[in-house]
Amino acid sequence: MISLHQINKTFNRGKVNEVKALEEIDLQISEGEFVVLIGSNGSGKTTLLNTISGAIYPSKGQVEIGDQNVTKLPEHKRSRWIARVFQDPLGGTAPELSILDNFRLAALRTQPKRLTIGINAAFKEKVRAQISQLGMGLEDKIHQPMGTLSGGQRQALTLIMTTMDQTEILLLDEPTAALDPKSAEVVMETAQRIIRENQLTTVFITHDLQEALQYGDRLIQMHRGAIRRDLNSEAKKALTYEELANWFK
Amino acid sequence: MIFYLSALILGLCLSAMGLGIFITMKIFRIPDITTDGSYTLGAAVTAVLLTQGWSLIPVLGVSIVAGVVAGVLTGLVHTRLKIDALLAGILVMTGLYSINLTVLGRSNIPLNNVDTIFTTLAVFKKNIYNELWVGLLFLGLLSALLAYMLRTDFGIAMRATGNSESMTRAMGINNNRMKIIGLAIANALTAISGFLVAQYQHFTDINMGIGIVLVGLGSVLIGDALIKWLGIQHIWLRLIFVMLGCILFQMVLAFALSWGVNPNMLKLVTAVFVLAIVGIPRIIKSEKP
Repeated sequence: MISLHQINKTFNRGKVNEVKALEEIDLQISEGEFVVLIGSNGSGKTTLLNTISGAIYPSKGQVEIGDQNVTKLPEHKRSRWIARVFQDPLGGTAPELSILDNFRLAALRTQPKRLTIGINAAFKEKVRAQISQLGMGLEDKIHQPMGTLSGGQRQALTLIMTTMDQTEILLLDEPTAALDPKSAEVVMETAQRIIRENQLTTVFITHDLQEALQYGDRLIQMHRGAIRRDLNSEAKKALTYEELANWFK
Repeated sequence: MIFYLSALILGLCLSAMGLGIFITMKIFRIPDITTDGSYTLGAAVTAVLLTQGWSLIPVLGVSIVAGVVAGVLTGLVHTRLKIDALLAGILVMTGLYSINLTVLGRSNIPLNNVDTIFTTLAVFKKNIYNELWVGLLFLGLLSALLAYMLRTDFGIAMRATGNSESMTRAMGINNNRMKIIGLAIANALTAISGFLVAQYQHFTDINMGIGIVLVGLGSVLIGDALIKWLGIQHIWLRLIFVMLGCILFQMVLAFALSWGVNPNMLKLVTAVFVLAIVGIPRIIKSEKP
């Protein structure tokens, strides 16, 4: 589903603060795979995710989604495959727009936004039904601005929004980093359910080792812009928390 | 009475510009000051074409297109060349001064013996009531159209763009294209104000746009304060309150004039008034910890 060929990314090339964020990355992610990406700060995880999403272009190398070379395709055009949840709960939603408006945009992620009114009774009902799955009581507040909700509620809604339109790839960049443990669990359980139900190809960045063990079927550790370890499903299942913690020593 | 009524009508005519500034300032959060140029451009095109005997609908059409071009230019400079929106606006506005002078051919054109939108749609005996009714009708239709547009899927995408660019990119929206379209609509609305005011005051002057962006800005701030104070969510109501802001602003200027303020001081009064609108809430806020 996603192929990265010899990806290099250098920031501030030729200046004193030059950073080689990614070096010679080769990575194949097959359809339906749930990849967990870990690594210390500055190891290149987010740069890798942004290379897949199109938020940044690689300095060298090639990005493919499906059979298509998307290396120079801008982010807003890759949205026809990719849905994203950002670390910052503010990043994935428009705070001043209502929950309903946010969901309307999400429902048109892969489609043109036309000059017709798309929010009708049937759409409202669909949004309510989707939101009620969260069990947070938000289905009665769809006219409320997104910004009035807590970070956990917004992240959970952002996840639900990814299912409003055809999605193949889900990119999760530390979606629970800003949340309390209870909200984090709700968000991750929601993510797990959505990924399983829709068989999404997923890349999930986390700093939480417990989450890294608990979720996903492939574990990749990045270190200084390169892939250091790449564990398949069996190896990941056999891994203990102590062993994983030792990777960072 | 007549004095304040004409201030009200002028406020209505300027409301189209207010709606445009509402789009750039409140929806896109772009400080666009192309306004000064596109307002005069709309008025210049209107004066020249009306004196040449064109009928109203094509004149309105050409005014709108002229505003769209001005907005697209600012949008292109801002998004393609990555130049600050404020500077992009100043560049286009300054360039437009020469264009406007070329369109006019001289520094002003009177519109005394031509049919205007106010005489064409007249139903009352007294001129001023016709002006009021035409202003209400025109702005009512315009704001309804704009409110409808902002409620469509395209409108939601537009409102989201100024709110969270990372979100809209992830939703497949081309933010740059959206900003250009927004600036085009805003400046088209501003040119419509030029179209109306030229006919209302029966002349177009090359300097009529100087500082008009400040009038629009102050009006939108008044409207926005009312919107926040009353907690209004409905889009058409919000647009109506923006127009109300424009009318209140003209009322204040009219009040200043009736108090005997020298008309030469009117720009200073405008600047101080806008400063007060922007400044007073900040002083009140800073008193709280």
